[in-house]
Amino acid sequence: MPNKTFFWFFLPTGLAMILFIGLPIISTGIQSFYAQHDQVVKEVKKCDPFGCTVSIVVDQEATSILRDEKPLGKFNGFGTYIDRNHLAIEQISDFWKETDTFGEFINQVTNLPFYKALLFTLTYCLFVTPNVLLLGFIIALSLNAISRKIRGPLIFGTILPMIVTPLVGSLVLFWMIDAEGIIGANLQLMMEDPYLSLKSSRTLTWITIIIYGIWHHSPFAFVVFYAALQTVPQEPVEAAIIDGASRYQRIRHIVLPHIYPVVTFVALISLMDNFRVFEPIIGFSAEGSAQSLSWLIYDNLVNEEVILFGSAAATSMMTIIGIAILLAPVLIRTWKEFRTAR
Amino acid sequence: MRKILLTLLFVLFGTTAYADGHCSKPSGSINILANDFPALRTFVETAKGCKGSADFKVTHSSEHNKIAVPALTANPSEFSARIAANSSIVPLMNQDLIRPMDDLVKKYGKGIQDSQLITIDGKVMAVAFMANTQHLYYREDVLKELGIPVPKTYEEVVAASEKIRASGKMQHPYAAAYKAGWNLAEEFVNMFIGHGGEFFKAGTAEPNINNAKGVATLNMLKKLASLSNPDYLTHDSEAIKVEWESGKVALMTLWASRSGTLLDDEGDAKITAATKLTGPATVGGGNIPAATLWWDGFTLAKNRSDSDAESTFIALAHAASNKKMVADAADQAVWLVEGFVPGPKSIGVIEAVKMGAKPYPMLPQMGLMHGALGSEIVEFLQGKESAEQALKDVEAAYISKAKEQGFL
Repeated sequence: MPNKTFFWFFLPTGLAMILFIGLPIISTGIQSFYAQHDQVVKEVKKCDPFGCTVSIVVDQEATSILRDEKPLGKFNGFGTYIDRNHLAIEQISDFWKETDTFGEFINQVTNLPFYKALLFTLTYCLFVTPNVLLLGFIIALSLNAISRKIRGPLIFGTILPMIVTPLVGSLVLFWMIDAEGIIGANLQLMMEDPYLSLKSSRTLTWITIIIYGIWHHSPFAFVVFYAALQTVPQEPVEAAIIDGASRYQRIRHIVLPHIYPVVTFVALISLMDNFRVFEPIIGFSAEGSAQSLSWLIYDNLVNEEVILFGSAAATSMMTIIGIAILLAPVLIRTWKEFRTAR
Repeated sequence: MRKILLTLLFVLFGTTAYADGHCSKPSGSINILANDFPALRTFVETAKGCKGSADFKVTHSSEHNKIAVPALTANPSEFSARIAANSSIVPLMNQDLIRPMDDLVKKYGKGIQDSQLITIDGKVMAVAFMANTQHLYYREDVLKELGIPVPKTYEEVVAASEKIRASGKMQHPYAAAYKAGWNLAEEFVNMFIGHGGEFFKAGTAEPNINNAKGVATLNMLKKLASLSNPDYLTHDSEAIKVEWESGKVALMTLWASRSGTLLDDEGDAKITAATKLTGPATVGGGNIPAATLWWDGFTLAKNRSDSDAESTFIALAHAASNKKMVADAADQAVWLVEGFVPGPKSIGVIEAVKMGAKPYPMLPQMGLMHGALGSEIVEFLQGKESAEQALKDVEAAYISKAKEQGFL
């Protein structure tokens, strides 16, 4: 396609992307550098059905003057980024001085909200992504080898987890693993421990969410791999069979190299998706034991009675940077291959 | 057929006659945002009885807190009124989203009692119509069988629960809404106030919870949690209600406003018959209960036309002074409206008031403290860190948020 044609072809999409993705990100970035004005409070008499007391309220007149002058708030620079609820630079250097062993230091650091969430998010990514790729590939291979007659219904069954809305899927599982639920209660019986709970232990909650993640994302990998497998040329495979290559050798040396670009693509998409893990935490009511970066943003925007725009914006920006860092190795590799292919 | 028609006519006639007496027929547009529980539905329905020619809309949602600030910030605001409580009025006040209603009270608020008015700095900002608190529920049959007196303190609740567990009758005899987040923080607030704690250093927004009272509070919460269903960190009020109705719990701390659904005809009749209410418990030898008093009342949006505000006020004031409503729905809530005769389901709130329970602190920075508590004390309950460390974390998390919001 000539560059000019491509430009006109891409223009509508490009404009929509700038409008709905680019500008909001810029706006979020700007907001992350601002904090609220200093609150002007005053003492007032407050009466309710339970009696009168002296209480404190925000002085609206004084505050509105401040707000009109600078509607964005007080410029805070990287203040929000480095405070205790985000990168916590100061706290970490204190921990470094105060703690005696490295383990203790790590304990203290992962006790901070941002690092706690980062730890879970990365663990989730590292366990879910490779397993999704592996499981998706195995399912695709097996289904590809099955008689065509029953393939249709089997494929439908396999992609069910993807069709089920994530929240519904996790809620169903949530009730099943409750201490009174079918899986939870049976586990208690099997382990002979009436206090066993999948939801109260942090490790078990993490494992549950990771297993759920693999279950939910594998169909995507499967669908893409299955489609790619249909394009594998039969001649080299047949030649390999005549040469006496085993099934493993055929997959390793013919199928995998052929679908390699697709594997990279699925890995990229999975990584991005998994880094933004959010729904299962809400579905499993797991915020006590597992918090992700996306959950932190949600918490700042929704759970607080006072909306923390600055905090949410800062975490959003760091999530974007996090995804960029995670994807960098894959992107660099793809770029290099693209260059050598030319 | 004729009989039915006659009855219908009578009902219609009856209601109109009644409405005419109290309602000055508003017009324009009324749109109300409210939490979702039976008493509020009754209240809004009653207000609808006085909608006149106005376009009347209502949104009942348990997610009301998440909608309120953005919806009322818009100009014109999506809702003309918001049914709020002590805690949820604070963000509206902080952002200057609700209007004083002194004139309207003078003009249309004849039946409203003075005690219903929430005045801040001399201005009426809300009109309360019901009171709420968390108090104890117990299973009379279980306690009687084991010879346990009705507990009055949380220490007695712990002892009673341990006895029930030891008897083998129930594995997890205690329940309270300990779901991480708002609910868990609310239990901390109750218990801390019961210990006589103050959340902030006098006259400032500096946190004041990392002390002996805070530690005692956390230890009591942990003791109670160990007597609850092991999944307590995921259970909210609705979940523990279900546990209670399945007969697996004998002692529970729950909202008074939920007593109606516990004592209705649905579910096991034996459990319902044995479900009894009592006042909130005290803790640590204190004499005020480990509970907070709440009011529910209506507020009017600032960013909405004066005429809509007036119409909305007329309809809501009609309900907030409605003797028929409080007589018909006497078991749904503890109404603050004139003419309310407390029934057996109101025991919890009335006892709490008698015992001198404190209202939930209505401070501008309290929401930030509540939020910090909800996430930072979880690890203590899971046994992953000490009480002192948890309280230190709460204070640190609060301070960062308060700095961002300009309170410190």
